[in-house]
Amino acid sequence: MSDTVSATAASIARDVNAGARSARDVTDAMLAHVDAVDDRVGAYLTRLHDFARAQADKVDARIAAGEKLPLAGVPLAVKDNMCLTGTRTTCASKILEHWVAPYTNTAVARMLEAGAVPIGKTNMDEFAMGSSCENSALGVTRNPYDLGCVPGGSSGGSAAAVAANEAAIGLGSDTGGSIREPAAFCNLVGFKPTYGRISRYGLIAFASSLDQIGPFTRTVEDTALAYDVMAGHDPMDSTSIDRAVESTADHLRTDLRGLKVGLVREFDTDGLGSEIDAVYKKAYADLEALGAEIVDVALPSAKYGLATYYLIAPAECSSNLARFDGVRYGLRVDADDVTAMYEATRSAGFGPEVKRRILIGTYALSSGYYDAYYVRAQKARTLIAKDFEKAFASCDLIACPAASSAAFPFNSKSDPYSMYLMDYYTIPMSLAGLPAISVPCGWVKAAADSAPMPMGLQLTSPIFSERMLLGAAHAYEQATKHAGLRGPAVGAA
Amino acid sequence: MQYEAVIGIECHVELKTKSKMFCGCPNEFGGEPNTQVCPVCLALPGALPVVNEVAITHMIRSGLAFDAEIPAFSKFDRKNYFYPDMPKDYQISQFDMPLTQGGVVKYWLEDGTIKECRLTRIHLEEDTGKSSHAGSGDGRIAGSTHSLVDFNRAGVPLMECVSEPDIRSAKEAVGYLESLKRTFVMLGVSDVKMEEGSLRCDANVSIRPVGQEEYGTKTEIKNMNSFRSVERAIESEIARQTEILESGGRIVQETRGWDEVHGTTHSMRSKEQAHDYRYFPDPDLVPMEVSRDLVEQIRNSQPEMPWKRFERYRGEYRFNVLQATQLLDDAALAAYFDATVAKSKNPQQSLNFVLGDLSRLSNESNVAVRDSKVTPASLAELIGLVESKIVNSKIAKDLLERMWQNGESPKSIVEREGLAQTSDTGAIEKFVDDVLAANPSVVAEYKAGKVTVAGFLVGQVMKASQGKANPGMVQDLVKKRLA
Amino acid sequence: MSSEKIDVRYVAKLARIALTDDEVERFGAQLGDLLEHVQALAELDVDAVPATAQVVESRNVQREDALRPTLDRETVLAQAPQRQGPFFRVPRIIAEAE
Repeated sequence: MSDTVSATAASIARDVNAGARSARDVTDAMLAHVDAVDDRVGAYLTRLHDFARAQADKVDARIAAGEKLPLAGVPLAVKDNMCLTGTRTTCASKILEHWVAPYTNTAVARMLEAGAVPIGKTNMDEFAMGSSCENSALGVTRNPYDLGCVPGGSSGGSAAAVAANEAAIGLGSDTGGSIREPAAFCNLVGFKPTYGRISRYGLIAFASSLDQIGPFTRTVEDTALAYDVMAGHDPMDSTSIDRAVESTADHLRTDLRGLKVGLVREFDTDGLGSEIDAVYKKAYADLEALGAEIVDVALPSAKYGLATYYLIAPAECSSNLARFDGVRYGLRVDADDVTAMYEATRSAGFGPEVKRRILIGTYALSSGYYDAYYVRAQKARTLIAKDFEKAFASCDLIACPAASSAAFPFNSKSDPYSMYLMDYYTIPMSLAGLPAISVPCGWVKAAADSAPMPMGLQLTSPIFSERMLLGAAHAYEQATKHAGLRGPAVGAA
Repeated sequence: MQYEAVIGIECHVELKTKSKMFCGCPNEFGGEPNTQVCPVCLALPGALPVVNEVAITHMIRSGLAFDAEIPAFSKFDRKNYFYPDMPKDYQISQFDMPLTQGGVVKYWLEDGTIKECRLTRIHLEEDTGKSSHAGSGDGRIAGSTHSLVDFNRAGVPLMECVSEPDIRSAKEAVGYLESLKRTFVMLGVSDVKMEEGSLRCDANVSIRPVGQEEYGTKTEIKNMNSFRSVERAIESEIARQTEILESGGRIVQETRGWDEVHGTTHSMRSKEQAHDYRYFPDPDLVPMEVSRDLVEQIRNSQPEMPWKRFERYRGEYRFNVLQATQLLDDAALAAYFDATVAKSKNPQQSLNFVLGDLSRLSNESNVAVRDSKVTPASLAELIGLVESKIVNSKIAKDLLERMWQNGESPKSIVEREGLAQTSDTGAIEKFVDDVLAANPSVVAEYKAGKVTVAGFLVGQVMKASQGKANPGMVQDLVKKRLA
Repeated sequence: MSSEKIDVRYVAKLARIALTDDEVERFGAQLGDLLEHVQALAELDVDAVPATAQVVESRNVQREDALRPTLDRETVLAQAPQRQGPFFRVPRIIAEAE
């Protein structure tokens, strides 16, 4: 059944809908594969054998009753910051290590309704804060292309799961690059839709004004399938947009004729080293060869993205994470009075990166600093969004790197700020709420004797232009097929 | 030296809605602990708030009642602080852009004077859960060993009304609060039951020498559980501050708790440890643009405000303060009364029935006047029968009891049972003659000079006519015959 | 924008996180370092720029005042670190300066 685990979501759904194989068979094969390889990869924090089999049986019953389901039998990896009724939902934090969600995230519910089968809950940087998955308090996830390297983060578990064929679709959340960067590191397509397109209800918040759910897949077509299922208004999320969704899976294109692609002056790749520079120069040339007109655009405020992000996201998180207080659920460390209990619980329950961000956010909001830090960052955010608006007056899409390097070895970024820099290219789009996708675009070697590691090309476009964006990403993918240079070291079919 | 008090009041009022502020849990007092909860109001990870539209219209309605400004733009902010009965450890509130700004509360005192107190703002927020403190013996937080938390109340919509320091006495404070209560109940935006905690208030109290512009140092008084305790607490605090100043002392800015049992306030915490609430716009909610159409639509559907009714009752109807207040303290009764007057055009008779027999029947049967079988229209009909002397007051009273029982129209009872008062001189003369003939000794007493016995004879005639004879005519005829 | 040293103990108190002396020092240095980088925003002329709290432009998102199902109490209390009967139990609350 090796071809079952490496099959795309589209082909699995086609076969299951046609009755060529059952969702249960696909699920059993996938669970066996996961049990065989995941001890090495560490993508999953919780494997949902019983849940998955029960869901697969339900899907088979619905197919038998004549239903057609867009994701019939498709194995799904769910990032562990999304609630799923009756399953442990930890955010990879000690503070939620044993918490069982009594309700289900809207996007996950839509995937299940569409026939997807949840194989397990995946590892992540604690509370989605990180770019390597090393900030998980509950496990280590390795990059399936090189077990000595990180899978990226924060959605590293879902990325690793899909890369190691332990799921056909992985769900991640992206706040400043947490889908796009691990997608690049793991040779996957990773997509963050327009902010508000996919409900956040039941997604455990990191930074509310930035968090957005999206898929990891091995093909753009699968991303389009997943997006079409998850996108759309949810009355349970006030920031979910009440506007008709344009389907994408039926509008994938094979060329870029008539599209203008902007290259960002300030995102010149010269400084990233000659090998990486060559990968991106080649990618931009490929876009042109597909018929795109290449234009030069400027994002003068983009360089303030990191500073802006590292005020706004921590400020929101300092408040969002206040509820983990040892009163209603989660970890409690007992103490003599309630304030001491809070302090002991939160001290023991949160890891260092979470504490750092809560502290910086608390500081940025505190009396006397609010205007200087938080309000100023909000204004810088306006400038960054305006830059994109201006740029999109002269182009349809912007192309740039998804990350400034390929996946790096464990423990190689001990200074928090050097880790923050990994999101340099992804943060501006998050601040502006734009849809952005990372597509495999080439391979680089960290050293002469090391195996080549994948890189990602990031494409972004105006809000609500997902149809055009995924169409273009598909044309690029089909023309280049970078995903095929080599398979993963672990989990290959 | 003569001192005057300067008082401002902060009032928290729970709004009357079916569901909570940001989720679909019931907004109901007194449920079994922790049964009216969901992911949102328990602040489970990942849950998100969605605004209850009725809470917004209640706010606009409340603001307009006091001629407040309803800004075109408003938003929710997070007020961050930790407390066990506050699930998210932040409260969704409004910081710098409340739904209503300014306004004036008009209220009256026992002597009928109308007073004004400016409002700073009314903003919308969510209530906390309830902690009960155990181990201290008396349920107080001091000395407790642990607390038990019920989240049923968490997330109930709460409006905070902040007044300017325009109040000058404990009596004025109560007048102000009573006016808020009457208004909110009349608008249907809150039940305002202090005993159920749906109205809670704090008072900021300072004193200054009469004639001085500058405010003195204020204290904030908490834990007042009734209007009576507000009055006592403020009086006690004014006395305490006066004593300190008169003995050359200095007032410390602090929060003081009212102790109902001892009738004194005690220090709770000093303002120096002010909280750092880190307000910021709630990114889970979107801003509100309050359309002018909605504001006008609500403005046009507002009832007449209690203070205006008070002026009408006093000025136009000549009711005394007590009567007017009695009516206005029961919004439903006042509405019933106004509906009756609209038909009867007789305020005094309407008042007599509404506060008299109707209220008595209501108390005896435990059915609110509004919910009874007697409609304002049928009461007005009864008043019409009395006015046109078709029935006398005694029969009217009997009729009302029957109307209360079966909801029948008084006219149809009168017609069916022939209860109409008779003014037929011949018929009455016949009753008079019969009574005089049957009571020769009484007639003799009268003629001997004991004129008071005439009353007995009149009563006998009324009785003989089964109450239907016109009492005035009976009186005249009896006197004429005896003369 | 100032580059004052961040009072880590005060901030940690507000955030209800107990820190060891070591952590105070380490976080203090790291947060100071981050604040250095953030100083870049000081060069921006933002006086006339409106603040963006959210990128969605929706307004007045409201729901009908209607009831939705509540959670089962046992499900809720089963997750409580400590319960007593139908209540969540917490250690004593120290009333401020009482």
